[in-house]
Amino acid sequence: MAATAKNKKSSRKPEPGIPAIEITDLYASYQGRTVLKGVNLTVYEGESMAILGRSGCGKSTLLRLMIGLMKPDSGSIRIKGQDITRMKEEERKEFLKKIGMLFQSAALFNSMTIGDNVALPLREHTQLEESTIQIMTRMKLDLVGLSGFENFYPSQLSGGMRKRAGLARALAMDPEILFCDEPSAGLDPIVAAGIDNLLLKLKRAFNMTLVVVTHEMASVFTIADRIAMMHDGQILAVGTPDEIRKNPHPFVQQFLNRVPDQEVQDKEMVLQTLMGKGTP
Amino acid sequence: MKEIDAYSRLVGTVLYWTVAAPFRRQKIRWRATIEQMVAAGLRSIPIVSLIAFFVGLILGMQAAYQLKPFGAVRYMANLVGVSVTRELGPMLTAIIVAGRSGSAMAAEIATMKVSEEIDALWTMGLNPVPFLVVPRVVAMAIMLPCLTLLADFIGIIGGALVGIGFESIHPWVYYTQTADALVMKDLITGLIKSGVFAVLIATIGCYQGLMVEGGAEGVGRRTTASVVTSIFMIIVADVFFTALFYSTF
Repeated sequence: MAATAKNKKSSRKPEPGIPAIEITDLYASYQGRTVLKGVNLTVYEGESMAILGRSGCGKSTLLRLMIGLMKPDSGSIRIKGQDITRMKEEERKEFLKKIGMLFQSAALFNSMTIGDNVALPLREHTQLEESTIQIMTRMKLDLVGLSGFENFYPSQLSGGMRKRAGLARALAMDPEILFCDEPSAGLDPIVAAGIDNLLLKLKRAFNMTLVVVTHEMASVFTIADRIAMMHDGQILAVGTPDEIRKNPHPFVQQFLNRVPDQEVQDKEMVLQTLMGKGTP
Repeated sequence: MKEIDAYSRLVGTVLYWTVAAPFRRQKIRWRATIEQMVAAGLRSIPIVSLIAFFVGLILGMQAAYQLKPFGAVRYMANLVGVSVTRELGPMLTAIIVAGRSGSAMAAEIATMKVSEEIDALWTMGLNPVPFLVVPRVVAMAIMLPCLTLLADFIGIIGGALVGIGFESIHPWVYYTQTADALVMKDLITGLIKSGVFAVLIATIGCYQGLMVEGGAEGVGRRTTASVVTSIFMIIVADVFFTALFYSTF
């Protein structure tokens, strides 16, 4: 009872609560290149954490590690107290029921209707009757504002609708933690704002923990309770949006203010290279 | 080397899910299998029949040309019958199906990989091997021998048309010649081969699809690779099995 009461008053104000995800000293490599170089991060239950960083900084790798699609080189990821890097097959199945994932491209199965997409996890992992599954599918689609689209194929929907359908599928098993990879990528600002609102609404309604990986500043400041800034395989800064805005680190400021990387300063050198006299 | 290792691991997993899993209450997905049987098998019937027919015609003409000087034209029935059932039927069917359906499997699965659908399966706790690969392998293993039987039959008809039409062999004579020449083992060795080819085509197609890296370009590369590798492996396996049957039967 105490735990539920605590959960209820969470949401906007980040206060140290029960950790939902604890990442310690995580190293990981992708195709022979070390991408994560000692990541430490804690996400508390009921909060929404945005992981921010430029392309190639390792944020997608971090996400793939958190949902168990990759194995780290060293370090641990504890989700709900369970180390997901060392799990047996059965434990893995149970763990996967607790999380939902919204992929960047929504990753709907193109050969199935929207309804079947949402129903798939229910059909595979529960013993529910077909009629119950139908009702639940309709409920989930209703939740994301797609009621009546059960029999449409993903190719018949717009980008924003596909994202919504992907979200409905991620929510099918009532996950405790929802991971989103670039939820507003490739969407126009109005649709993107709609998705942001939807995520917030769902998070509050179901008291979910939300982990969003993105580089869209606008959506970060609407969604996030806290922001983790990643740079070059490490977490540079963690804090509330206000704290991050005030963070003096040059990279954080460069990122927030959209300053391009420094150009070559030595004009003489540039000239020489252009004339073909510079060092090859 | 790394590719061979990864490929054999996939074949091992497929074997596990096809042979061992049904005993552990893990069903094979028959609905998906039937869909694949239609896509890879039924829809290949026209092209397989057409090519088998033409090859039968060619074989008939070549055989008649060789046998005529010996006054043994009617033995063309034996030649066509045996070479079609033992060799050309299984191999040609396999090569057509590799080009038509093996490549489709590679492209389909590669596209799913690129659009994160395979990742989505994993995060839903669904293993893509029993979900996607096993139905394709099973469907292929059922349909390719059937297609081969059809190709055998139509190939023989093609040869018979030449024999009866151009060489004026009496149909009844042609029929008895063929029936005498063909023994059960010719048919069976051909079908064993085509079963092996089927597993090769489906596993190579799915393997290439699952191994894709990068975007659309990778899909194209893997699709091409699946056709080249399967045709190569079909011929290698054919040499092996022909040598085996040649020395033992």
